[in-house]
Parts: sequence; structure tokens; C-alpha cells
Amino acid sequence: MSTPVLFDVPGPRARSRARIGTAIGAVLIAALIVFVLIRLAGNGQLDPARWAVLFDPNSGVPQALFKALLKTLQVAAVGMVFATAVGLLLAVGRLSDHRWVRVPVSAFIEFFRAIPLLVVIFALYFVLPKFGVDLSAFAALTGGLVLYNSAVLAEIFRAGILSVDRGQREAAYGIGLRKSQVMSLVLLPQAVRRMLPVLIAQLVVLLKDSSLGFIIGYFELLRQARSLVEFFSRDFGSTYTFQLYVAAALFYIVVNVLLSQLARYAESRTRRSTKTAGTGDAELPAGVQMDASGGEAPPV
Amino acid sequence: MRITRCAAALAVFGLALAGCSSEAGNQAADSAKNTAAVNTATKFDEGTTMAKLSEAGKVTIGTKFDQPGFGLLNPQKVPEGFDVEIAKIIAGQLGIKPENITWTETVSANRESFIQDGKVDFVVATYTINDERKKLVDFAGPYYEAGQDIMVAKGNPEGIKGPDDLAGKNVCSVEGSTPAETIRTKYPQAKLTLFDVYSKCADALSNGQVQAVTTDNVILTGLVAGAPDKFELVNNPFTKEPYGIGLKKGDQKFRDFINDVLQKSFDDGAWAEAWDRTAGKITGTEAPEPPTIDRY
Amino acid sequence: MQFFIDNFDILRDAFLTTLSLSLLAGLLALVLGTLLAAMRVSPVAPLRGLATFYVEVFRNTPLTVVFFFIIFGLPQIDFVIDFFPGAVLSVGLYTAAFVCEAVRSGINAVSPGQAEASRALGLTFGQSLREVVLPQAFRTVVPPLGNVLIAMVKNTSIAAGFSVSELSSTLPRLVNANAGDLLFVLLGVVIGYMLITLPAAYAVHRLERKVAILR
Repeated sequence: MSTPVLFDVPGPRARSRARIGTAIGAVLIAALIVFVLIRLAGNGQLDPARWAVLFDPNSGVPQALFKALLKTLQVAAVGMVFATAVGLLLAVGRLSDHRWVRVPVSAFIEFFRAIPLLVVIFALYFVLPKFGVDLSAFAALTGGLVLYNSAVLAEIFRAGILSVDRGQREAAYGIGLRKSQVMSLVLLPQAVRRMLPVLIAQLVVLLKDSSLGFIIGYFELLRQARSLVEFFSRDFGSTYTFQLYVAAALFYIVVNVLLSQLARYAESRTRRSTKTAGTGDAELPAGVQMDASGGEAPPV
Repeated sequence: MRITRCAAALAVFGLALAGCSSEAGNQAADSAKNTAAVNTATKFDEGTTMAKLSEAGKVTIGTKFDQPGFGLLNPQKVPEGFDVEIAKIIAGQLGIKPENITWTETVSANRESFIQDGKVDFVVATYTINDERKKLVDFAGPYYEAGQDIMVAKGNPEGIKGPDDLAGKNVCSVEGSTPAETIRTKYPQAKLTLFDVYSKCADALSNGQVQAVTTDNVILTGLVAGAPDKFELVNNPFTKEPYGIGLKKGDQKFRDFINDVLQKSFDDGAWAEAWDRTAGKITGTEAPEPPTIDRY
Repeated sequence: MQFFIDNFDILRDAFLTTLSLSLLAGLLALVLGTLLAAMRVSPVAPLRGLATFYVEVFRNTPLTVVFFFIIFGLPQIDFVIDFFPGAVLSVGLYTAAFVCEAVRSGINAVSPGQAEASRALGLTFGQSLREVVLPQAFRTVVPPLGNVLIAMVKNTSIAAGFSVSELSSTLPRLVNANAGDLLFVLLGVVIGYMLITLPAAYAVHRLERKVAILR
């Protein structure tokens, strides 16, 4: 996990000090949790009747939330596939020998990396119709996710391609492969495998970004939760507001943790097969690591 | 790992809860029943919008999904409210059954675009008729006249009686809405807090993050009805907001048709009945006098 | 053009709000993120666990949901926060998780020999982290950290839904007032963001060249 070279294996005194510190820390955290619970209970937020709505099929809430989860997964799945494919093409395009390919592709990538996804989705849904292109909410949301994330993924793949040892490329040319063959048979497979953890981390970001569908009325998880809050506010005020948002948050966290777990599995797979094992996460060349985790960043 | 354990604990907690039914469940069961009459013997001139829609047997209508009493989406994803009932009356006169209506959410920022781009056939969405908007779309109606009002915490601790008392107070509304613009231009002393939906304004008011919420009175009464122990209406409307039905600019025949349908519903009581079933049920008020249709 | 002249004040104020929100949240994220990264490599297991938990939760929750809990959830434990500080806190806490991961990858990229040597000199964990490892780590993490912060600038757009009048919030406002000028409104907002993100990207690029260590 971490870099054990940074400290000695703790001796008895350090261990006991750490134990005391841990105990104090645990007490503090427990106190904080108790404090939050007491305050929540004081405001009636822990009343079982307020949570029951999440599990009562008569309220229509569990069905609605599950349907919305499916819609979130749907848009995310389609977005992931296309964003990865387009991202690969863009990465190759940016590394092209031809100026007329390289320049527009670079401009495309930089443009979509510079503006918020919210604005991209808004533009696709509200501005394109002015030019006669009419997109459904699903298409606009997926399109926005693909445009934006393919630009980010392109940079990740590019870093991966550049990190492949030069000797690989030279050897591939040496045995007489064509340019396209070198790229598709030698460089890309290694780059993709190397970048798998970062790729999946970015896909988690993509899934979370699908929550931006609310501005164009796509009923994903978060929009559905808000709609339920509004529906119940007619008769119950804000009785269920907190509970519904907690439910939505848990859905996201569970799905994303599963995806991240997949990333960790992929990471351990790739690590096993590299020769430079040993120093934890540092098995990738420094340059790759850098651009790599940069890819995890983008929105929401 | 800790998260998975948390999830497991919550699932157990959930099973314990699943046994008991919730108050919300009992209420959601009686969703609005639709009773708008469907006219099966329709006949329209060739080439009109009415003929086209009637022929197709289906229509796409824009409404709000987040306004209690006017257009509110239920968990079954069907909108309910006065706007929705009015839309059903119009669709019924086109010979279209309620189940053949496609409801599209239109919010303040996209109503004009949706009408212009043909994403919806018409819009019934607490849509105030004004001159700026008339440049882009046409309006049938009005079918209701609202007015901008103020909602405050129960007991009115700040003593707010009208818009002039808002000076220096935190006032909540929705960004891009007409009420927000009215406050911005006419009462610049008020400190505006702007969300994207009114439900957040209600939360902010009950948390004490703002001292007042302002928008059309009908929207506020919907919010008050949900939490009568927390909120109250100042009940001093200071603007006139005639709600109209938005449709494509220049479609004179369609506008005349909708105006005729509205007039008929005013006269035969269908309008008042729609009110009683939706907004009236929430606020407990009688149907008001229908407004005069403006055939400009 | 007339549109931009008429609405210059609105766009400028919104731009300045986005800028200050970005700067404050960025500062918070950098400080907290570095602290979390130090915790993640520390000898004390519970600290590692705590930092890991924090990162997992914030990386896997949409920012909108984080906003909800800060703005409307905190009052449920009787702690009311103003909207702008609430936005700074939401964006800062969220971004800190990403900063932590970037810095940690940098710490791991520092050659183990460095840490071994500093330990051999008798430096403690804190000293070797502060004096030897982190300064080198920050050099290698300039590009990913830059990307995290640029992404954060774009993420501030979520604050529009929570009563912060930043750039994205001018979309509904100006569109409602000038429904015909949709394209110009959008152009104004895009330019506003590019005024921050493009120079930032350039600065990161320059800094990267300047501090890069050749290995």
C-alpha cells in the first residue's frame, strides 16, 4: 500500500504511543458520531417513520429510485463505451505525424478540457436545435459525457502511449511493421493496460457526472430524488428531504466503490505482470503517474 | 470495506423498517384521477395544427414537474396539478386521451426554446404572459391570474408585510424567474438568494438561511400547504401574473381553438372542477372567478 | 456585441465570483489534500484508515450531493453555514480527496533511495517527509495537481444551484431576460471559464518545465 521505507517498523514504545493515540482518536471520532446522531435525533431526522418511506413499495419510492438508478447506469454505460473509443482515436490523432490531423485534434481536446461539462450539455440540448439538430435528453447527456470525457481520456491514453519504452516501437519498426500496425499491435495494447487503473478512475468520474442530467430534465438518480422530495413536500413539507438524499448518495457510493474495487483489482493484475514490482504504486514511470492521476480529477 | 459494512448494516435496518408502512405510502396511493372529457367526434380543417394532432392521436405538452398544485410529478412519473388538468381538457377536445399525452418538463429557462424548436406542441407551465415573451411565442388564455407574493416563517418573526419590508433581508427565489427579476429591478435593497428550484428555498427558509421566499402566490400556497406549522403566506400580492398557454408564434388558428376550449371550460364548470381537484384541494380555497381571455 | 455591452456588469461579477470561489476552494483543497496524503503514508494505521475512508467517500459521491449535505444537511445538526462559504467548503472538501491522491502518487514516485538515505541520516518520519520527500513529490505532481485544480475551476459551476451567482448561474438568468440571445449568453460564459482555465493550463505547463527533474 504505502511506502514502508519512510519509517522504521515501530518499536514497543512507538507502538504503545500509537495505541494511545489511536484510542484518543477513536474516542474523538466516536464522540463526533454520537454528537451528530444526537443532533439529528433532536431534529427528528432519525424517526423510523421518516426512513420507512425508502422501503415502502406503496409510496412508490423504492421503484422510482431503482428505475432512476437504471437510467443512470444506462447513460453511464453508453457514455463509457463511446468515451473510451473516441478517446483512443483522439489520442492516436494527437500523436499523428500529419499536421492536419494533429492540430484540429489537439484543439478539440483542449477546448473540451477547458469548459465545464454543465455548459457542454446545456449547449447540446438548447443550442443545437437552433441549427436544426434535435437531440433527446438522453442523447444530449450522453453526447456531453462523451465529448468531455473522451478529451480527458485522450490525454490519459497519450501519456500511456508515450510511456511505452522506445525500444518497443523501434523493434516493431525493425521487424517491418507499418505505422498503423505499430500503433495498434504494439503501443496501444501496452498503453491501455498500463492506464487501466486511471481509466477506471475516470469512468467513475463519468458515472458521477451523469448527475448533471438534471439541467436538461433527464431523470437520473439525483433528479429523481429531487422530484420525490418535491412531490412529498406537497403534503409533508420537508419530512423526507434528508432521507431521500441520503438514499441517493448511498446508491452512488455503493456503485462507485464497486467500480473502484474493479480498478484496484485491475491495478493489482497489472502490477503482478510488470518487472519493476516492489515500491508500491510507483511501478509506473514517473511521467505516466503524473499525467495519470491528473486524469482522475475532472468534474464531479 | 468499511463502506460495505455500513451498507450491510443499513440493509438490516431497512428490513426492520420494511415491515411498517409509511404515511407517505398511504398518500401516494390516491394519485389524481383524470376525468377530462375526451371528444371523439372531432373535425378540423385540413392543414391546421389541430387536424395534425388529432390525426396523430397524440400530443407532447410541456409543463412543470416541481410545482405543487400546478404541475408536480408523482413517483409513478405522471404529473398532477391544475396546469396538467387544463392541458388534459385541451387534449380532450383534440380527441386525445390522457394516456396518449407525452409530458415534457419545461422550466423557466427553456420554455421559449422548446416551443420554437417544436419539442413540445404547447406549454402549460405557470407561464406568465408578457410583452418580451410575446416576441418569441404566442399565448392563448390567460386561464388563471396569479400574483407575486411572499412566504415567511410561521408567525412572521420579521414582520414582513409587503415587498418594501424586504430591504436588507435574505429573500429566496429561483434564478432566471420573473419574480427574481422583479425583486432585482424594483426592490434592489433586498438581498437575493437564488436556487434552481423552489423546494430548496423552502428548505432554506425552514433552516433560517433566508427570511422570506418570493414568487407567484399559487406556488407559495403549495409550499405552505406542505408545512403549515413552519410557513405562512403574507397574502399581499404585489404584481399581476396572468398565466397563458404558450404555442408557436403565428399559429393563429391553434390559438383561437385553445381560447375557445378555455372559454367553454370556464362556462360549463370543467375549469372550476379542475381547480377543486388540484390546487383547490391543497389550499382549501374555492375556485376563483375565471379571468377574461385576451384575444390579442 | 450590444448584448455583451448591456450585460457586462453581470458577466464580470459572475466571473469574479467564480475566480474567488476557485482560489479559496483551491487553497483549502491543497492544504487539506496534502495533510490527507501525509496521513495516508504515515506509520499510524488508524490515520491511514481515516484518510483512506475520507478519500473513498468524497471521490465516489457526486459534488452536487456533497453540496446538499453541506448546505442543507449541516443545518440538520444545527450548524447553519452561509452559501458562499458553504460552496468553498463543498468544493474544497471534495477536491481535497483528488489532491490527496495526486500528492500520494507523487510521494510514491520519489525514489525509495531518497527516503532510505534520509532515514539513514537519522531524520524522523515527519522530517524526512517535510525535508526530503514532499519537496520532490510536489515537483512530479505539478501536472496532475494542475489538472485537479483546473477541473476544480470547472466544478465550481455546481455552485450555481446553491445560490452562488457564479458564471454558470448567468445562463438561466440571462437566457430568461434575453431568450433570443441564447448563443451569446453561452459564448460569454464559455469565454469566462476559458479566461481562467487556459492561463492556468499554460502556467501549469510552464511550471512543469521549470521544476521537472530529469531521471
